[in-house]
Amino acid sequence: MKARVTVTLKNGILDPQGKAIEGALKSLGVEGIASVRQGKVFDIELPGVDKARAEAALKDAADKLLANTVIENYRVEIV
Amino acid sequence: MACVKLIGILMKSAVLVFPGINRERDMARTLKLVSGHEPAMVWHAETALPKGTDLVVLPGGFSYGDYLRCGAIAARSPVMDAVRQFAAGGGLVLGVCNGFQILCESGLLPGVLMRNARLKFICHDVHLRVERSDTPFTRGYNAGQVIRVPVAHGEGNYAADEDTVRRLEGDNRVLYRYCSPAGEIGDTHNINGAAASIAGIVNERGNVLGMMPHPENHVEDIMGCTDGRGLFAGLVDHLARAA
Repeated sequence: MKARVTVTLKNGILDPQGKAIEGALKSLGVEGIASVRQGKVFDIELPGVDKARAEAALKDAADKLLANTVIENYRVEIV
Repeated sequence: MACVKLIGILMKSAVLVFPGINRERDMARTLKLVSGHEPAMVWHAETALPKGTDLVVLPGGFSYGDYLRCGAIAARSPVMDAVRQFAAGGGLVLGVCNGFQILCESGLLPGVLMRNARLKFICHDVHLRVERSDTPFTRGYNAGQVIRVPVAHGEGNYAADEDTVRRLEGDNRVLYRYCSPAGEIGDTHNINGAAASIAGIVNERGNVLGMMPHPENHVEDIMGCTDGRGLFAGLVDHLARAA
């Protein structure tokens, strides 16, 4: 089974990296961009487990390591 | 010197070594200088601290190349379970720079260290106001005293939710704050955008300190300043009194 965990900053958490990317895009002349928030994507393979177990394992992984839940949210998708 | 030696016996320190750390020798040198006792260097894969350890130090550097988040991987290494146990028993723990980040990631301290507000890596001397002198980590100073110590970090912008910051302030757990040479607090002196100009905080029990600046680099005349020495001398003094 293949899965994707997406980690993003919570609303209200200042994202200076996103701001810098936003500034760079504007200076490149890319139009229509109001704001940029950056995050992380983890593509994870879990061979030989069913969907429920995979989801549980991924939630465990995100809570224990992939995300710092003080400042970040995460989303688990089985792809 | 006999006195220094006697006190030295009372501060047995352990410096944790994670892959990618680079300030462990500075720290070990300072600990030896101030306490007279050679610290034990403890590899991250160890599951126990040396018997009789009084102080555990997490030094600065770039553990695991800052992969994932600063300090995130180191915080999950085997030795950290021993550190958690040590701290739960009241043992003194000091985390400097990457060490502070590791302590936050491990849950021993609240909050998180974010990218500096102005995105730049900051590497110069800063002034810190010592907020209180009645803790093991500040008894070498007077409350309100301003000290000069170096910083060297890209991610030292302390952040936590409002409740946490309010609790830290209410319990007087902010021990060191960025300030002007005269001790004023404000945005212009808050080098990295940290909440409440926080440079260093302790846990609820007051036995775990995390701070971004490097007091271990200002301890001898040859370094141009000895303001950092008070922190370590205070720890030695605290342990001598407790013994």
